[in-house]
Amino acid sequence: MNRIDQRFSELKEQGRKALIPYITAGDPAPQYTVGFMHALVEAGADIIELGVPFSDPMADGPVIQKACERALKQGTRLVDLLDMVAEFRQVDTKTPIVLMGYLNPVERIGYETFADKAASVGVDGVLVVDMPPEEADEFGPLLKARGLAAIFLVAPTTSNARAATICAHGEGYLYYVSLKGVTGAATLNADDVAEHLAPLREMTDLPLCVGFGIRDGVTAAEVAKVADGVIVGSALVNRIAESVDAPETIAGQLKSVLGEMRTAMDA
Amino acid sequence: MTVSATETKFSDLTRMPDARGHFGPYGGRFVSETLSFALEELEQTYLSLRDDPAFQAEFDRDLAHYVGRPSPLYHAERWSQSLGGAQIWLKREDLNHTGAHKVNNTIGQALLAKKTGKPRVIAETGAGQHGVATATVAARLGLECDVYMGAADVQRQKLNVYRMRLLGARVIPVESGTRTLKDAMNEALRDWVTNVDNTFYIIGTVAGPHPYPQLVRDFNSVVGREARQQSLAQIGRLPDALIACVGGGSNALGLFYPFVEDDAVAMYGVEAGGDGIETGRHAAPLSTNAPRGVLHGNRTYLMSDEAGQVSDTHSISAGLDYPGVGPEHALWKDVGRVSYVAANDKEVLEAFRELTHMEGIMPALESAHALAHAKVLAPTMRPDQHIVVNLSGRGDKDIMTVANIDGIEF
Repeated sequence: MNRIDQRFSELKEQGRKALIPYITAGDPAPQYTVGFMHALVEAGADIIELGVPFSDPMADGPVIQKACERALKQGTRLVDLLDMVAEFRQVDTKTPIVLMGYLNPVERIGYETFADKAASVGVDGVLVVDMPPEEADEFGPLLKARGLAAIFLVAPTTSNARAATICAHGEGYLYYVSLKGVTGAATLNADDVAEHLAPLREMTDLPLCVGFGIRDGVTAAEVAKVADGVIVGSALVNRIAESVDAPETIAGQLKSVLGEMRTAMDA
Repeated sequence: MTVSATETKFSDLTRMPDARGHFGPYGGRFVSETLSFALEELEQTYLSLRDDPAFQAEFDRDLAHYVGRPSPLYHAERWSQSLGGAQIWLKREDLNHTGAHKVNNTIGQALLAKKTGKPRVIAETGAGQHGVATATVAARLGLECDVYMGAADVQRQKLNVYRMRLLGARVIPVESGTRTLKDAMNEALRDWVTNVDNTFYIIGTVAGPHPYPQLVRDFNSVVGREARQQSLAQIGRLPDALIACVGGGSNALGLFYPFVEDDAVAMYGVEAGGDGIETGRHAAPLSTNAPRGVLHGNRTYLMSDEAGQVSDTHSISAGLDYPGVGPEHALWKDVGRVSYVAANDKEVLEAFRELTHMEGIMPALESAHALAHAKVLAPTMRPDQHIVVNLSGRGDKDIMTVANIDGIEF
């Protein structure tokens, strides 16, 4: 069983919701990333989304754009991320890892080569922001054949017909984008989210995780009431941005931000 | 991916893209989910109106009475004679209202925006010509208009920035990335994803996600349809060659598309050679055989490094300063229908000056790329042969750039 499915089935037994932090790999420099990942797990992360830095992150707001710029300035490449995952796996064999990013770096490596390497280092899922299911007919099966989950987004603008297609192709979990906009934008509205999740529940057994607009323990707890998982990105990346000159303090800060969310969600 | 490019026949090229927006292995709709609905809606709106005689009549009426079409096909006799070869004919898109071919497309998309009832339009712009053309149609239809422009381009195209503001548009300088056209497009996409309910995104070139490459091509094809008729009337036959500059590639596709099945008509797309192909400082993905990649919603030839990060580009002309190219051009390169070449900044400036001196026509620096290749091609041909060059825009906006190179300050 894929680690993602395993994790959700454990959480279900425990009656808990998944807490899924996102950080951009290589931010503020590649040597810190694996340490941050372990810190996130210690603070209660159930799954880690590791961002692949890209020169043109069209779906991201300024916080993650700048994280990409910092990581790229340090020369972080997709192949380096795979090494980071391999290093992480030497210590942690249980926490699922999802690589999240844009298609072009994967295109350059080649779909099959990438899928082989990702599977061999212990990646569990892949979310390509600019690859909807309609464009995944070549890449999707290559992931599936290696036990890697192809994770897709659902947005407030997604029609029911499209949602059905996405549910049919999706694996691991569905990433529900809580608001129209880029990452790090306004705060979400939990009632609105609940309303959009209801029809998705009818269509799929996949866990429904919600991202965009989750800032603190309060919003995390609100979302956890209606969703199976809470995804938090910009709130963490912001802390990294604020402490680029004191990188040794970042792991502790990430733990405190995420820990507050964990406590609020489990209360 | 669907069919491989090499299986495609020239006659198939008129039937692209397929239902999912693919041009052979290129094109498509690589966007984040939030935009999928808006693109499906736009596709349906466009497909339902494309063959609607009332819509076509309204479009034609605007092109005639607002843009001033048809634009002339002008025989540049003196310049042809001095080059000592083929006769050069200029398709005078520079004489359109707002001074470039860009307005053909913005008129069309503004009509679509009107049909969808959205009160706000946004656009990305490089040289500012598309921004001006968008601000113009927005003013005419009473739509709110925001234009994203790379901060570097805001600096080098001050005149067009002020024109847009006079027209009532807000110009938003984009400071991220390389501060040029690609970054403006990123920011426009971010705006659209946030304001998708009330905003129509008027993309200015034959790139972006499906259906943009198709509809921008179709709206610009009036250029080639006219040029074809005018050639028959004025030359007495079809021309031997067509030349157009290629950034995203909208003026080139506009001219080329109606000739695609005329096998005897050679076609040349001229990319921005910048400081010279050998320096790496250029914006010429096709003529340098850049790898395939995905950016701004489509798969195409894309300048990127080995890790898949999009490369910095360089060109004297802001309008060609883009690392990708329309997906239909990518296919046309693979099947060999169009030859793609590059002209460097120095050759472009020479062509700019030559046409200005010899014909009294000041071309946009973008269009001067096409002229630079005409200078190379014409002397290799006979005086009874004919080349049509798309003079896609006028050069007023570039006077400051050229003056700076000449060391002149105002």
